[in-house]
Parts: sequence; C-alpha cells; structure tokens
Amino acid sequence: MSPIVKLNKVSKSFGSLNVLQGVSFDVAQGSVVAIIGRSGSGKSTALRCMNGLEKINGGEITVCNHHLHQNVTKAQLRALHLDVGIVFQSYNLFPHLTVGQNIMLAPKWVRKQSKAEAKDLAAEVLGKVGLAEKFDAYPEQLSGGQQQRVAIARSLAMQPKLMLFDEVTSALDPELTGEVLKVMENLAKDGMTMVLVTHEMAFAKGVGDKVIFMHQGKVWEEGDGEILSAPQTPELRQFVGNGL
Amino acid sequence: MLTSFQIQALLVAALWTAGLSLIAFSLGGAVGLLIAVMRVSANRVLRAISFTYIQIVQGTPLLVQMMLAFFGLSILGFSIEPFTAASAAMVIYSSAYFGEIWRGGILAVPKTQWEAAECLALHPFQRFWLIIVPQGLRISTPPTVGFMVQIVKNTSLASVIGVAELTYTSKLINNSTFQPFTVFSLVAVLYFCMCYPLAWWSRKLEDKLNVAHR
Ligand SMILES: Nc1ncnc2c1ncn2[C@@H]1O[C@H](COP(=O)(O)OP(=O)(O)OP(=O)(O)O)[C@@H](O)[C@H]1O
Ligand SMILES: [Mg+2]
Repeated sequence: MSPIVKLNKVSKSFGSLNVLQGVSFDVAQGSVVAIIGRSGSGKSTALRCMNGLEKINGGEITVCNHHLHQNVTKAQLRALHLDVGIVFQSYNLFPHLTVGQNIMLAPKWVRKQSKAEAKDLAAEVLGKVGLAEKFDAYPEQLSGGQQQRVAIARSLAMQPKLMLFDEVTSALDPELTGEVLKVMENLAKDGMTMVLVTHEMAFAKGVGDKVIFMHQGKVWEEGDGEILSAPQTPELRQFVGNGL
Repeated sequence: MLTSFQIQALLVAALWTAGLSLIAFSLGGAVGLLIAVMRVSANRVLRAISFTYIQIVQGTPLLVQMMLAFFGLSILGFSIEPFTAASAAMVIYSSAYFGEIWRGGILAVPKTQWEAAECLALHPFQRFWLIIVPQGLRISTPPTVGFMVQIVKNTSLASVIGVAELTYTSKLINNSTFQPFTVFSLVAVLYFCMCYPLAWWSRKLEDKLNVAHR
C-alpha cells in the first residue's frame, strides 16, 4: 500500500536560516511515526509543513493525496485540513467557547452537521478522551491535561485520516502527561495514523512503529524503536544518552 | 426647594440623556465594529478610509462636531432637529473610539487562535467572525465600558445646540430658581446614577478577565 504521507527532499528556510535541508520520509497508513531530536532541529517545522502552516521552499509533500509545493493555493490547503488534524503543545482551545462548543464548531460550520448530530459526535469523542462530564465547562476551568484531551477530541470530531501532534505533553506535569499519552495510545490501537513530535522516549519506543531522529534540519537516523537502544550515529547516541 | 414640576422636568431630561447615550452605544457600536473590521482588513483602501475617519473624529472636539451637525446642515438648507443632530454627532464620535478600541482587541488575539481555526478547515470569514472577533471584543471589554461612561458624560455637550437633556434643563431651571447648589447637586446625582453602574461593571469585568488570564 502506498504511504499516506510522503516527504521528498523538503527544504524550508526562514530568511537565511535553513531549517529543513532535504527531509524525506514516509508514513504508512495506520502507523505511528515519532519524530525526536534536539531543540531547534526542525521537528515542529517539519510537522507544520505537513499541514501547510508553513510553505515549503523546495521538494514536495504528499499528504492524504494532497500535494503541497511552493505554489499551493488556499483552497488546496483547506481541502487538506479536512483530512488532517493537528494538536499543539499549547492546546489552542477557543477560550470563549465551552468544551462542547469547541468540539461542535467545525462539524457544524464545516461539515454542515445538524446541531443534534454535532452534539452526539461531540459526546462520543469526549467519551473517547474520558471527559464526557466536561461538556459545558470552559477551557479555563480545566487542568492542562484535560484541556489537551479536549483539543484531541476537537480534532477527532473532524474524523481526520491523519493526526499530527507537536509535543502535546511538553507543557504538562508528569501526572497529567500520562493521561494524555494514554489517550494517544488508544488512538493508535484504533488504527489512527499519527505523526508525533515528542520528548517522551519511552512512548516513542513503545508506541511508535517508526522513529525518526532529526538533526540540523535533516533526517539523521530512522528505524523502528530499536534505534533508540542501538544508535548508529554519535549524535543519536548522545541525544539518547542525555534523554534517558 | 424645587417644585415637583421642576424635579419632574429634570427626570424627563435625564431620560433624554439616557436616550442619547443608548443611541451612541448601539448605533455608534455598530458603526464602530464596521470601522474596527475595516482597520484590520487586508484591503489597503478600507484601512486608509477607516484610519482617516478615526483621525479626523479623534482630532476634533465633540462640541465642534455637534455644532457642525446642527448649524452646518442648517446652513446648507437641511432643517434638522437638535436631537437628530446631536444623535448623529454622538454616533460619529463614539464609532471612531469604539473602532480604535476594538481594533486593538482584535489584534491582541494570539496568532495561534487563527492557526487552530485554520487547521479545523474553517473559512477565513468563519475564523474571523466566530473565533477572532468574539475574543477581541472580550479583551476590549474594560476599555469599552470605560468609554461608555465618557459617552454618558459627553452627551451634556448636546446642550449647546438646544437638546433638552439633563445639563440644558438644569441650566434653565437654575435660571428661574437661583438655587444652583440644589439644582446641580441633583443633576450630579442623576449623572452619577447612570455612570456608576457602568464603572462598577467595568471593574468587575476587569477582575474577571485578570482571573481568566492568570
Ligand atoms: N516562524 C519562524 N521564523 C523564524 N525562525 C523560525 C520560525 N519557526 C522556527 N524557526 C527557527 O527554526 C529552527 C527550527 O525550529 P523548530 O521549531 O522546527 O524546532 P524544533 O525541533 O521543533 O525545536 P523544539 O524542540 O524546541 O520545539 C529554530 O532555530 C527556530 O528558531
Ligand atoms: Mg518544536
């Protein structure tokens, strides 16, 4: 089966800073890919390029049959966003809306679902992240871990074919990290295709079907979780050494 | 002391003051929202028009705007009621300030909110009106309510073109009773009764927002 995501020699620079320098990798349908690497190695940028939040300067990206290149149009990006969900480190819930409204917004306005349909869907995805009772709460009334789970539910409500996660537990205390990772693990078990940038090495190794180590804007090493136990490059060896 | 007739006249005048204020809140608010949206628009012409509008209105005294609306239009041959002229001036005046206040609020909404909305495949129009504007208005609530207090007090300038609002009526009554202390104390109390709830509301909202953004 052809991969659901394909990056081919992707380059991206901010001014004179070359953040991505020929990044290539594939994501197979239904797999979990974990991207690890030092701060500033370009992990977030790679993820943001994959759903068009950053325009690439060279190479090409194919995501769920959408082609991203230098001249991608707004309509093409919107079509892409119908298929790809993303969860950010800072949750980015809409603070003026309740949890339920946060989740129902896109199904109602984008998918044109009726209020009743959207409500059922919201209840379902909230149940999946274990927060069914928080439907009418405002984001500010929730803990960080709960907010992040709502953000995951909001993304799930659009029934994406692929989900991207950018260090979604980095702002959380260790106790709250666990509850978010549990939700992600369940998603992986349900067969969701996921690409996640993470600093949780144990999670990357345990849940990731593929681990990608980025260094200085390049894919430095790539393989299954075992590359973390037996690094081939001194850079990954050093990174794992520091991380564990 | 004042006769009950005089007290009644002051209360009626207070209603005119309240009415003028409500017109400025509602119509001025509607025009102000339009101005704010033009100010943050991607269209350069709309930005220039709204910028110029705000500069002109903020750069001239409300008193002069009142006179222009009344005498200016009269001289041009339009007959215009003082209250209509005063309403027009209040709407123009308040819309410029509301526009500037809300522009600031809209721009203060973090960029990440735009991104989150975009990643949910919302149209740019939906992103703006469903996500950004409500938050921008919420951020600007304290200055908005603060300015509403100014509006109530500034309706007193309508007295110069003969609108029988509180200030105008109090001068009339004072001229016939020669009890300035009694008359103007009563007037001050009436203004205070209209402004204090707004000021109190503003403080409460500010506290609430501070808690939310802790
Ligand atoms: N919008 C931007 N404008 C300019 N430079 C940027 C921008 N976004 C990222 N960068 C720079 O690009 C480089 C890579 O950033 P990126 O966020 O992709 O790193 P990262 O691997 O996700 O790091 P971290 O682990 O700290 O999140 C950094 O040097 C960063 O300063
Ligand atoms: Mg990052």
